[in-house]
Amino acid sequence: MARTYMYARFERFWHWSQSLLILLMLITGFEIHGNYQLLGFEQAVTVHSFSAWVLIGLWVFAWFWHLTTGECMQYIPSAPERIIAMIRYYAIEIFQGKVHPFHRDRFNKLNPLQCMAYLTLHIAISPAVWITGLAYMYYKDVTALAVFSWLSLGTVALLHTAAAFMMLAFLVVHLYLALTMDHRPLSSLRAMITGYEEDGK
Amino acid sequence: MKNFVERLNMLQSCLLLVCLSVGSVAFAKVEQESESVPVSVQASAQTSTADHSLFEDLQQVFSSGPEVTKVCLGCHTEAGKQLHKTTHWTWAFENKLTGQTLGKKNVINNFCVATASNWTRCTSCHIGYGWKDASFDLTSEQNIDCLVCHETTGTYQKFPTAAGHPNYTPKKWPPKKGKLRQPPDLAKVAQSVGKPGRSNCGACHFYGGGGDGVKHGHLDSSMLNPSKELDVHMDASGLNFDCQTCHTTGSHEVAGSRYAPRASDDRGIVIPGQKDQRRASCESCHGSKPHPEQANVKLNDHTDKLACVTCHIPEFARGGRKTKMWWDWSTAGRKDPDGKPLVIKDKDGYVSYTFKKGDFKWQDNVIPEYYWFDGVVEFSLLEQAIDDAAVVPINRIKGGYADENSRIWPFKVMRGRQPYDTVNKTFAVPHLFGKDADAYWKSFNWKNALAAGMKERGVEFSGEYGFIETEYFWPITHMVAPAENSLSCESCHSDDGRLQNVQGIYIPGQSRYPLLDMIGWLAVIGSLGGVSLHGLARIVAARKRNGRKL
Repeated sequence: MARTYMYARFERFWHWSQSLLILLMLITGFEIHGNYQLLGFEQAVTVHSFSAWVLIGLWVFAWFWHLTTGECMQYIPSAPERIIAMIRYYAIEIFQGKVHPFHRDRFNKLNPLQCMAYLTLHIAISPAVWITGLAYMYYKDVTALAVFSWLSLGTVALLHTAAAFMMLAFLVVHLYLALTMDHRPLSSLRAMITGYEEDGK
Repeated sequence: MKNFVERLNMLQSCLLLVCLSVGSVAFAKVEQESESVPVSVQASAQTSTADHSLFEDLQQVFSSGPEVTKVCLGCHTEAGKQLHKTTHWTWAFENKLTGQTLGKKNVINNFCVATASNWTRCTSCHIGYGWKDASFDLTSEQNIDCLVCHETTGTYQKFPTAAGHPNYTPKKWPPKKGKLRQPPDLAKVAQSVGKPGRSNCGACHFYGGGGDGVKHGHLDSSMLNPSKELDVHMDASGLNFDCQTCHTTGSHEVAGSRYAPRASDDRGIVIPGQKDQRRASCESCHGSKPHPEQANVKLNDHTDKLACVTCHIPEFARGGRKTKMWWDWSTAGRKDPDGKPLVIKDKDGYVSYTFKKGDFKWQDNVIPEYYWFDGVVEFSLLEQAIDDAAVVPINRIKGGYADENSRIWPFKVMRGRQPYDTVNKTFAVPHLFGKDADAYWKSFNWKNALAAGMKERGVEFSGEYGFIETEYFWPITHMVAPAENSLSCESCHSDDGRLQNVQGIYIPGQSRYPLLDMIGWLAVIGSLGGVSLHGLARIVAARKRNGRKL
């Protein structure tokens, strides 16, 4: 069976460390938000803040990697009709047993809809999380600046929590699509671990 | 870590002693003695250059307190003039922030209500002799009681009903069935004078409101010799601070005031050379970034909105004495089925009802109530009209989130019911103590007692009275716990956190925007539902295609 080397070592490292950190931050984040008690508030804040810095570091590395390797081209949005084709597939064709309109290969890892979703994640949701997160952590210093003196902690918390909800919703949909849309069960998961994806049906 | 260093030090000292004892036993002994005396004890030991027992003027038979004072003033020529300016003497205080005239002479409280007409009893805590009615001469230097603050024998006590005098003949207290109190040896007491100790200050300040711990809740007799857990600064075997270590004095003026407290102190750590040397605030020694680097970095971010004591006094009345939390005068005067005046004690021996004073509620290990406070306290005074439709605040504390001088402070809130004039809508002052028939504790007639009390204050009384619920806010500042016993983050950063009634501040873990949470969870649950339906539909569709039944 033919195999494609789909995910480079850094990509896999990036994916799994990112998922671990995001999971950790969601768990500790909603504890800080007051939804439950698990680690205790102080511990939760410590873990949350530490993970935040690691995640930001990782994010910077990932951008660097994407820019230098040219992998960033994967995220260039497709033409609208290609996106519509994907929507039609998920909304109608998939129930009719039709085949996926796009074939995945080393140079087209993301289908048009995926591309839009991940682009939103990387340039909107993630930055929203960490910009509001940094403002939360350094609230005193931020509001000491005249331009931000109007900013209340409640507003920062509101935006940060809103971004966290978006991240959690993204995670739910991502898990569903990543784990159930393969031609073979869990082949994407395997590919994200080994790097290799098996071709064909 | 600290323990380890201490042990290392001890080991070093032991080694040193062994070495020295080999060389010179005598030298080693000196070393041991000087090491075994804690620094704090040395600091509080008598460092005076005068031994008052050697003064001939004090080696005489004194028949009264004022006679002693006369001798004191012979050398301490300015002391009288200094004291005459203090609130300790005048029982009057001009609050520059509010323009109100306060002080024990003027305010109303919800304990024994007011000093007027009850002088001889109340002034057993005045630093003078003979304030038995309004005619007391506040310009007399000889009427100052030097001994109550400066004697060090522990044998000098003002008699509870003698207008500030000790008893000069053997006398029983409580009257009739009480213990016989011997008069103090005034010469011996006078010769003992020195800097005030905790027992001097505590003689009044621990017993405010009529008994041990009654009034403040963070000041009671347990503070005489507190453990580290009770008060980290006054811990007798540790820092062993005197009251004056923080309540710095100069010209007999003592720093720190409940009428005009400093809610926040941005002077930084007070060092010599600064104009204002008063240290009656945490910040004056600890600064406003008090938590060390190795502590949680977020802690210092709290100091612009929280008073230090909010976290560092987790509870008050922690020393084994209960404090009075409720006093209901309206139920006073009841008799038991045998017609005898009724007194009920709770299982711990605290009086929960007495015919003289009504119902009490006592509490120890009390969690404070928390409010914004900027240091401005406005009292409801006798001359002002009160709104009898609601609970009447005896004092109102000001402050809020937006004000940079405000901090969230812990308070004891004393609540109770007390008499008021139902027609004129003013507080009413009862004449409680006295041998005359008008005194409430003599004839238990409220109307007469209130008429007499109001007459003494020169305020009109309609003759109609009722009882109104009042509340009185007391900032909590003493009984500072060691750092490890201070509040944890969850104490406030949780659903039912301690600061849930504090307005205007967003507290992570406690505050929420319900709309955001609703939209957020709808989005998450919506996504989950969406993908589940999608997945289910796929399964159904696939089965249909394959011709299988559902």
